[in-house]
Amino acid sequence: MPINYYILLSLALFTIGIVGVLTRRNAIIIFMCIELMLNAVNLLLVAFSKMHLNAAILANDAASTAGTDGQLFVFFIMVVAAAEVSVGLAIIVMMYRNIHSVDVNFLNRLKH
Amino acid sequence: MNNALQIVYLIPLLPLLGFLINGLGRNYLSKTLIGLIGSGSILGSFILSIWVFLQVKDGNTHVAEYFNFIAIDNLVIPFALKIDALSSIFLLIITGVGFLIHVYSTSYMHEEKPAHFGRYFAYLNLFVFSMLLLVMGANFVILFIGWEGVGLCSYLLIGFWFKKQEYNKAANKAFIMNRIGDLAFLVAIFWIITRAQSVSFDQVFAVAKGEVAGRSFSGFDISVITLLLFIGATGKSAQIPLYTWLPDAMAGPTPVSALIHAATMVTAGIYMIARSNELYSLDAAELTRNIITYTGLATALLAATIALKQNDIKKVLAYSTVSQLGFMFLALGTGAYVAAVFHVMTHAFFKALMFLGSGSVIHAMGGEQDIRQMGGLGKKMKITFWTFVIGCVAIAGVFPFSGFFSKDAILLSAFEKSPVLYGVALFTALLTAFYMFRLLFITFTGKFRGTEEQAHHLHESPLAMTLPLIILAVLSFAGGFVGIPAVFAEGADRLGDFLKPVVASLPHAHEVSHSTEYTLMGLSTVLVLGSIIAAWVVYRNYQRKEATGFAKVLENKWYVDELYENVIVKPLHTFGGILKNIVDPKVVDGLVNGAGRLVNYGSRQLRLLQSGQVGSYVLLMVLSMVLIFGIQFFLRK
Repeated sequence: MPINYYILLSLALFTIGIVGVLTRRNAIIIFMCIELMLNAVNLLLVAFSKMHLNAAILANDAASTAGTDGQLFVFFIMVVAAAEVSVGLAIIVMMYRNIHSVDVNFLNRLKH
Repeated sequence: MNNALQIVYLIPLLPLLGFLINGLGRNYLSKTLIGLIGSGSILGSFILSIWVFLQVKDGNTHVAEYFNFIAIDNLVIPFALKIDALSSIFLLIITGVGFLIHVYSTSYMHEEKPAHFGRYFAYLNLFVFSMLLLVMGANFVILFIGWEGVGLCSYLLIGFWFKKQEYNKAANKAFIMNRIGDLAFLVAIFWIITRAQSVSFDQVFAVAKGEVAGRSFSGFDISVITLLLFIGATGKSAQIPLYTWLPDAMAGPTPVSALIHAATMVTAGIYMIARSNELYSLDAAELTRNIITYTGLATALLAATIALKQNDIKKVLAYSTVSQLGFMFLALGTGAYVAAVFHVMTHAFFKALMFLGSGSVIHAMGGEQDIRQMGGLGKKMKITFWTFVIGCVAIAGVFPFSGFFSKDAILLSAFEKSPVLYGVALFTALLTAFYMFRLLFITFTGKFRGTEEQAHHLHESPLAMTLPLIILAVLSFAGGFVGIPAVFAEGADRLGDFLKPVVASLPHAHEVSHSTEYTLMGLSTVLVLGSIIAAWVVYRNYQRKEATGFAKVLENKWYVDELYENVIVKPLHTFGGILKNIVDPKVVDGLVNGAGRLVNYGSRQLRLLQSGQVGSYVLLMVLSMVLIFGIQFFLRK
């Protein structure tokens, strides 16, 4: 499959993520959109990594490690995302306990 | 470098130590001790100077380098002292005359409080230190340090009695006028550095003569540099147009006038040009030489006419100094450097003598300086009178007094350039004789015109004051014998021979025959004697009367001060007023306050962005990211 499809899919996911973050007020949905953006990037990294490896194999370089760093990044991003989710969800839980709402616009006390 | 002359740093060091001790200890030391330290340090320098003089007598020169004063990239300016014939002559004049004046001051300033007495001697020692540095410096920068030092000391000493506002004004005037000249001097130094990459005399002159590969002065460079140096000299040596500070400098104590404003500091300009004679002798400096000649002549004449009608004993002497300095510049301009240095020397003797003599008179008159209040002092003050007579005869140029030989050398060099120059110079010399003897007759002969109390108080000054007078009188008489012109006896011009290795006079345009030379000498002697007799006839029994007509113009110094006041000082004041009242509060303050107000306003507007809405923050973040990517994208192309 050409790399273009992966790029377009990833772009679509990322844009959905951004639009979601910008438009929604529910903290949990914003959170999900952030995850969406992270995974769009992961998809892109994996796609490119595979592309480079294929290119190396085609060039008769069987021992090549081309593209492995891209996959490494993906693992890192997954780990960081997992950690972020655990902290972020905890914050949302605390928020709900205090103000009985997960609406981020309700929380505008940052300006003070 | 194992040379005995390496220890010459002691010569300026002694007065510097004297300055430190007297300056710091002025509240603790007794007057006797201050006087001893002040005079003693100069005496030590004088003895060392004699030793140095004996060392360089046979044409020795030595450059003593001590440390690098400035080292930037390939420009290295060492702190170096140069000892040769020229500087050793100046060393002798400065320390010798300086010592006598210090001794004189111990008595003259004795009525001052100990603290002021100490301050006075500290300034004097600092002055001698600066002057020694000036003449010993082996490059233009060290010379410039001394040059500024003497300017500072001149300022401090003119305003020594700082409680009188006029004196402070005189001090400011001297300092500011000197600064104008100093600026030109500085520019000249920078110009030299850009062309020669060095400031040491030997190096610069070698470059000027084209002896150094890769560095050279163009004809234009030489003209500009010599001209700028000369402008520097006009400031320090009181030439047109910067001469008006010198007569006002008489506000200082009289021994200061003798030391600074007659014998040493004002000759710094002469020294500097004589030192740079290799630059001034180049063909490219022809224009500068002519400017120097005519400036010197004009100054000599102008100052001499002013001196004719002054009534303050010190002002007469001050204008006479300006006039004699004009003579020296005339000599420099015609290329007779030796004659100029010779006149510096004899002038130092007789002008110091006359200033100290006038100090003695002022002392006896209880501070009175107006010669119209004096008269008949000769009977009461025999030593002062007779030494003053010798000084007047010497400055008038009567054979065989010292002034005759030096002035004759200058007149001769003027004659060789053009007879018209000679005519004007001779006329000025006659005026010199006339005004000096006018001063002498009005002050010392006729009837006493002062008050009863002053008449009662009249007395001869103490030994500490009369002894320097006597020594200087002897020197004024005999000082000329070191430079007897070759026409009298072959090889008798010992000063010329001595200076020859360092100061080469320009070859004469056309050699004057011996008979012409005798005629010129005879002419000037007869005319000078005639001029003295004329002064005797007119002023023997002086009666006070108001000056009218042309005499009034002269009495008011050709209104030059008023001219400067109206043309330069007042417009500057007005301009300063505009700056102070309009530009500063409106423009400068407006800019500063405006900057503050802008920040204040801007931050108040920016604060509105800080809404606290998470959504708006994220939106801004995304928009800026898009912006950055966009810029990146378009700039790549």
